Amino acid sequence: MKIGIYPGCSLEGSARDYNESVFALAKAFDIEPVQIPDWNCCGATAAHNLNKELSLALPARILALAEKHGVDEILVPCAACYSRLVVTKHELQKHPELKNRICEVIEMDYKGTSKIINVIEWIDKYIIPKLEEKVKKPFNYKVACYYGCLLVRPNKVLNYDRVEDPQTMDVVMSKIGATAIDFAFKTECCGAGLSISRTDIVSKLSGKIIEDAEHRGADAIIVACPMCHSNLDMRRPDINKYWNKEFNIPVIFVTQAIGLAVGLTPAQVGLKRHFVEVKIS
Amino acid sequence: MARIGVFICHCGENISATVDCGKVCEAASKLKHVAYATEYKYMCSDPGQSLVKNAIIEHKLTGVVVSACSPRMHEPTFRKATAEGGLNPFLCEMANLREHCSWVHEKGEATTEKAIDIVRTLVEKVKRNAALQPIRVPVTKAALVIGGGIAGIQAALDIANCGHKVIMVERSPSIGGHMSQLSETFPTLDCSQCILTPRMVEVLQHPNITLYSYAEVEQLDGFIGNFVAKIRKKAKSLDEKACTGCGLCITKCPQKKIPNEFEEGMGFRPAIYVPFPQAVPNRPVIDKANCTYYIKGKCKVCEIVCPTKAIRFDQEDEVIDVEVGAVVVATGFDIKRADFFPEYGYGKLKDVIDGLQFERLASASGPTNGEILRPSDGQKPKNIVFIACAGSRDPAKGIAYCSKICCMYTAKHAMLYKHKVHEGNAHVFYMDIRSAGKNYDEFVRRAIEEDHVNYIRGRVSTVYERDGKLIVKGVDTLLGAQPVEIVADMVVLATAGVANPGAEELAQRLHVSYDSHKFFAEAHPKLKPVETNTAGIFLAGACQNPKDIPDSVSQASGAAVKVAALFSQSELTREPLVAAVNRFGPPLYSTCVGCFMCQPVCPYQAIEREEIKSRDGKVIKSLAKINEGLCQGCGTCVALCRSKSIDLYGYTNEQVYTEVVALLNDY
Repeated sequence: MKIGIYPGCSLEGSARDYNESVFALAKAFDIEPVQIPDWNCCGATAAHNLNKELSLALPARILALAEKHGVDEILVPCAACYSRLVVTKHELQKHPELKNRICEVIEMDYKGTSKIINVIEWIDKYIIPKLEEKVKKPFNYKVACYYGCLLVRPNKVLNYDRVEDPQTMDVVMSKIGATAIDFAFKTECCGAGLSISRTDIVSKLSGKIIEDAEHRGADAIIVACPMCHSNLDMRRPDINKYWNKEFNIPVIFVTQAIGLAVGLTPAQVGLKRHFVEVKIS
Repeated sequence: MARIGVFICHCGENISATVDCGKVCEAASKLKHVAYATEYKYMCSDPGQSLVKNAIIEHKLTGVVVSACSPRMHEPTFRKATAEGGLNPFLCEMANLREHCSWVHEKGEATTEKAIDIVRTLVEKVKRNAALQPIRVPVTKAALVIGGGIAGIQAALDIANCGHKVIMVERSPSIGGHMSQLSETFPTLDCSQCILTPRMVEVLQHPNITLYSYAEVEQLDGFIGNFVAKIRKKAKSLDEKACTGCGLCITKCPQKKIPNEFEEGMGFRPAIYVPFPQAVPNRPVIDKANCTYYIKGKCKVCEIVCPTKAIRFDQEDEVIDVEVGAVVVATGFDIKRADFFPEYGYGKLKDVIDGLQFERLASASGPTNGEILRPSDGQKPKNIVFIACAGSRDPAKGIAYCSKICCMYTAKHAMLYKHKVHEGNAHVFYMDIRSAGKNYDEFVRRAIEEDHVNYIRGRVSTVYERDGKLIVKGVDTLLGAQPVEIVADMVVLATAGVANPGAEELAQRLHVSYDSHKFFAEAHPKLKPVETNTAGIFLAGACQNPKDIPDSVSQASGAAVKVAALFSQSELTREPLVAAVNRFGPPLYSTCVGCFMCQPVCPYQAIEREEIKSRDGKVIKSLAKINEGLCQGCGTCVALCRSKSIDLYGYTNEQVYTEVVALLNDY
């Protein structure tokens, strides 16, 4: 089984901490994900708002590259990239003519043989089975698992978890000793791409998520998406200003939390790169 | 020499809009052995039928082809007309020019050509039709009513009052159904129990009704007029004759913490129980799954305290066979529960309840004696939100249909709340208000205008708890899609009405069809709404689709009349379209080789073994023999028979073959 990883732009930029924690965790479990060579942008939000063909061609090229290099499973840690790749695979599978057209555009063969998995699925399959023996410091904290929009949506295409009240991340966190609280904002919008253009909206929406998590006594918010992380973490000063409060709950990637539990140092899992100080270790 | 008449119907414009009927008529008249061909706008009307009758006499016809709609629609009509013209009714055939041609094709020459082809095949077939005699079968004048809710009760009483015996089978320990759980009923706000319980008693006391409560129909065999039902009477662990219903066992049972089904889980009951004080029959049953004696082998408190020694721990289920002539299925419905609404916190948040739970809260005999108190802390809710269409009309949830009763009962709930909590605020989120029915819309207007219920047109996206309150987030689509947030103390979901658990298995046991939502299917959506596709089995109430009380009662009476009409005949005639094994004189007797491959494939157990014996009693040959009373003419045995010894009357191999040849040959 050859596992490839598609990092996308975030994991090489604003979410280097996420990238570091994924690789550190993989190493701790003797997994070596291979970065898909010559990967390109997934198209993210911009492409599918402008040009359908382009929005499919970009992820299709990534998938074709993975196939070319014999990758069986592509781990896509970024929820947005994951969504684009899965949706593309779904569309091309459903419409053979479209597939032929996209193959012409990317000048590559595409069969749809590689499986695309998100970070939770990856943890479920490769980390959880060996987790018990490796946990050194149980993560004894109350956590609010925040799934955001793209990890479980669109449900019809992903067919992953319960769309209105997802549970998979809660289950994963409970395996390292955490208590996942009942959290009302699991899939509410964080403001997403408005981070740049309308920071005020992000402050309002992300603020609601943070406020509810703090109010329910969570010690940390757990995320699996670089966009969610940057809105909840990097935009914290704006959020605090907007709400006129001092929210200081840390926002931690699920891979970072598991990394800490299996004995990796905060530095190894990239915690020092956070804007909101993480006092958990 | 065959003399066939062809009658081409325009079906208004249904056929003539796409098929050139004149051309079909002309082509038909030129076919070999066609003595007469004509066309008419509505062949099924009185003048149309007369056309058929008169032509038979005038042209000395030996066969009739009516080229019109599906035989499912009008074959009986034209067979009757044919008989009135003096011909055997089975010498009439239907050429389906509507469903098989005009409705599915565009106007054009090819469509007309196809219509001519269809007519030609049927002309060839009818030449080989045999004059058949209908099969006469006796009628058992007793009806089986499955389900003891208001629909079953109404049907049973109506049939019993016509003087026929009724056997009612109810799954739970008491009859009464969902109606017995309701507090008040719309649109009059009269007490549900007050109008229902006398009818329940009537069922119990009626000399023509035998009630089997805590029982289920396990199997149904036979056919219209002659069904045999296998009924499992579940062990109540009680001698019903000895029991006086004093209730001492119920009060003394030490196991008291079993969620009460009748109270929709909002109260508890002991292991020996009657569902509610007004239950019929008012005799307890022991819930074996929860009884300490059955679990641990010790206790027997009920046996000790019983003054008449009526407890029978060793009682076993009893399976009985009853013979009935007709069946009314009135098994009712359920509402969607549990994990279906994670966005509304249903099942997770204690104060998010469903409509039936609210009924129990509002009921004078309910867990709160009719006071509206929220389940979490017993406080009176000051703000209450009702969410209509929770699941209904939501294709994303897999329920595209309207549950029909929710708009009305939500208005009723809001009204009851306002009548009981004067200072409280009631909010209703709705998609549309569907209040068609006598005095229904007036009722909803009363809730809005007189009781000041706040109706908000829009959907609720989420309900979550915060500091003991429920935050309801929705949208007001009449105020420019403004987001609405209500801090509520209690939320009531009008969850979708769905088929009962086990409805699918029951339908299969009864051989009736059901739809994709597991509701039982009527034979025709407009003209046969109480019949099923299986003759002699009728539907009443919400097992067909969600229905309110007036609709259920009307339909039940309709089903009862169907049963009474059936029982008004001393014997029934059945279509003789059954299979038969060929028979000849000795020494061949039949081409059947007695392999009996046909036996296991027959869905109706109609194939028997017949032995031909010599005078000294020696078996010469074993043959398959088809019981024409049981055979439904499906033809499976015909297709399977290796020696081609079975034929289906009305659809013989020869007839079908001729039809195919007629299609292939160029005329």
